[in-house]
Amino acid sequence: MHGNEDQFLEGVSGFLGTYFLLLSIMNAIAAYYCWQRLKKNNLAGLWMGFAVLFLIMSPFGYAGVNGSPETMKWIGVPSVIKDFIDLQLANAVAYTLGTTLLLVVLYFGRRFFVKPVVAWIGLNLSLMVTGMSIIDMEFAAIVTKPDNVPIVAMVFLLGFFTWLAGYRAVQNDDRHEQGLEPLEALDNEKVLVWPDLVYTEMICMVALTAILILWAIGLTAPLEEPASSVKTPNPSKAPWYFLGLQEMLVYFDPWMAGVVLPSLVVVGLMAIPFLDYNKEGNGYYTINQRKFAYITFQLGFLELWITLIILGTFLRGPNWNFFGPYEIWDPHKVEALNSISLSQYFWVKGLGVALPSAPEGSDMLTQIGFITYREFPGILLTLAYFIVLPPLMAVTVFKSFFVKMGFVRYMVMANLLLFMALLPLKMVLRWTLNLQYIINVPEYFLNL
Amino acid sequence: MSSLGEVIRNSQIWKSIFRHPMPVDRRNRIVVMLTNFFLHLHPVSIKKQGIALSYTWCMGGVTFFLFLVEAVTGVLLMFYYRPTLEWAYSDILALRDVTSLGILREIHRWGAHAMVIAVWLHMYRVFLTGSYKPPREFNWVVGVVLLLLTLLLSFTGYLLPWDQLAIWAITVGSNMARATPFLGSEGPGAQLLTVGGIDMITMGSDARYGLLGARFVGEETLNRFYILHCIAIPLAVALLLAIHFWRVRKDGGISGPL
Repeated sequence: MHGNEDQFLEGVSGFLGTYFLLLSIMNAIAAYYCWQRLKKNNLAGLWMGFAVLFLIMSPFGYAGVNGSPETMKWIGVPSVIKDFIDLQLANAVAYTLGTTLLLVVLYFGRRFFVKPVVAWIGLNLSLMVTGMSIIDMEFAAIVTKPDNVPIVAMVFLLGFFTWLAGYRAVQNDDRHEQGLEPLEALDNEKVLVWPDLVYTEMICMVALTAILILWAIGLTAPLEEPASSVKTPNPSKAPWYFLGLQEMLVYFDPWMAGVVLPSLVVVGLMAIPFLDYNKEGNGYYTINQRKFAYITFQLGFLELWITLIILGTFLRGPNWNFFGPYEIWDPHKVEALNSISLSQYFWVKGLGVALPSAPEGSDMLTQIGFITYREFPGILLTLAYFIVLPPLMAVTVFKSFFVKMGFVRYMVMANLLLFMALLPLKMVLRWTLNLQYIINVPEYFLNL
Repeated sequence: MSSLGEVIRNSQIWKSIFRHPMPVDRRNRIVVMLTNFFLHLHPVSIKKQGIALSYTWCMGGVTFFLFLVEAVTGVLLMFYYRPTLEWAYSDILALRDVTSLGILREIHRWGAHAMVIAVWLHMYRVFLTGSYKPPREFNWVVGVVLLLLTLLLSFTGYLLPWDQLAIWAITVGSNMARATPFLGSEGPGAQLLTVGGIDMITMGSDARYGLLGARFVGEETLNRFYILHCIAIPLAVALLLAIHFWRVRKDGGISGPL
């Protein structure tokens, strides 16, 4: 076992040493920039501190290639923390609540978090933790899988662009309050596309080509054993961009998670311009002037799409069980699965009788009648959800929306929102009541 | 004494291709945008903020460029790769281990991942700047279709290496189609579609069968996905891209404060 780990540590050693060295250089440049250009000495000192810290970590990163892989662990994540994360936080409930809480805090604290200083510290810390975690064999095994590398890049890219958009939106919102036009309206001067735009495009293309070639040289595309229809890998995963949908399979049957909800995602995205009647915020970054649109989109994109992909990619192992970032993917890990459906709650647990069932050999109509009778609590709930809630919301929370949007547009929006809310609702019901299905008709594959 | 460059630029051949002098002065910088086929998608002049990277993130352009990279590397890979059970895997294996320029496969695969990410970021930027608002509603819809087609391009390409990763990812993905309401053999309502006691929707006739061309991921699927990946979807994307770019111009160019 130890031999294995030493080998692994030697394998990542060169990369890690260089990684920390690059982080050090990155901070040194930032320090130089703050000192020379911005004339902010205390900031320069702070970044210099980071630079020195990473510079000290770098030799530990190189220790593996220098024959003492054990010392690398000194800069690894302490096993107390790793165990705490794996044992206490490694479950879908903590993960979902944690990410939601993070997004909520970031949203309400956006004025603080978009400050370049805060963002730079955040970037440094996340890069540092990533580097420290790669010393862990299990973490490295998942994160450095060739097909997962782009997802790690995506997480950092999304973080950066969300910060950039938030940074500009906060500035624009401040300007709006002072009665000023948005930043985007300042540079109204027209320039010729040749050379200003054509050259930018040219540089982008050259840079992108260079990145792709370097990436292709550095990382070999995955190729596993030849296809075999009898050897099922465990876990079997869809391509990474569909893992959010695969994660939904935990809470929904395939007809919902794989067909109805994805179709509605596409329809909902297409419907956005026709539902958003707010004329503000066209052509510039803002949050305050279009809060509802912003929050709804971020809930759908960052929370229900991106975080589920991250969960499905990095934290779902054999049998689609949840594994902590530092946990071994043990195919024998057992998770208790004894969720029950609403009809069982109602008839068996509530009334203490058996589930109603049609007599042996009865015809189809009688059977459907009995099924409807058996499932009536769930059917009623679902009907109420889709039929009673929209008008109810129209006269309460969405009153102004209803007035401005008109009946058809309002109903489309309300139903799309309700479908979107099904996923978090189903999650909460599963965690709290152990509820599997609201409507459970296995006879016709109709489980909701 | 005229330099070689001048001789070339004054030759009849050069002048037949470029109908005006080099774009070094204002007049010719305008003319070049109007007379060059590849440049005519652009306007002649543009607001400075409309080309600021902090505003556009350049992600639409990156996505388009990656599409071109995928097209070029894809055509080159098509010369080499044979989509049959006999050859598919060993061709990819040879690309990795033996073939010169086998790195084209790496560029193609990483380019595909990058394209999916870039197209998401493009959508993210367009949403955050409210650029889908009138008059650009329709172009947003075209963009959503292009996003979907990008995912399908990547999905169909995923099968082609014909390794364990490929067939099981496609199996997991396409199993969803089995559950399509009414049209999937295990979808709700499919049992209701019977004629004279004979099921219309079975494993051999449902939506999944239509996608795979067979009951399981096999040679028919490989052929089907290959044609979708190399011909059908790229053609659709090319058409929609043309509309997408044309509409950017017709809807008033890149968005900005009104």
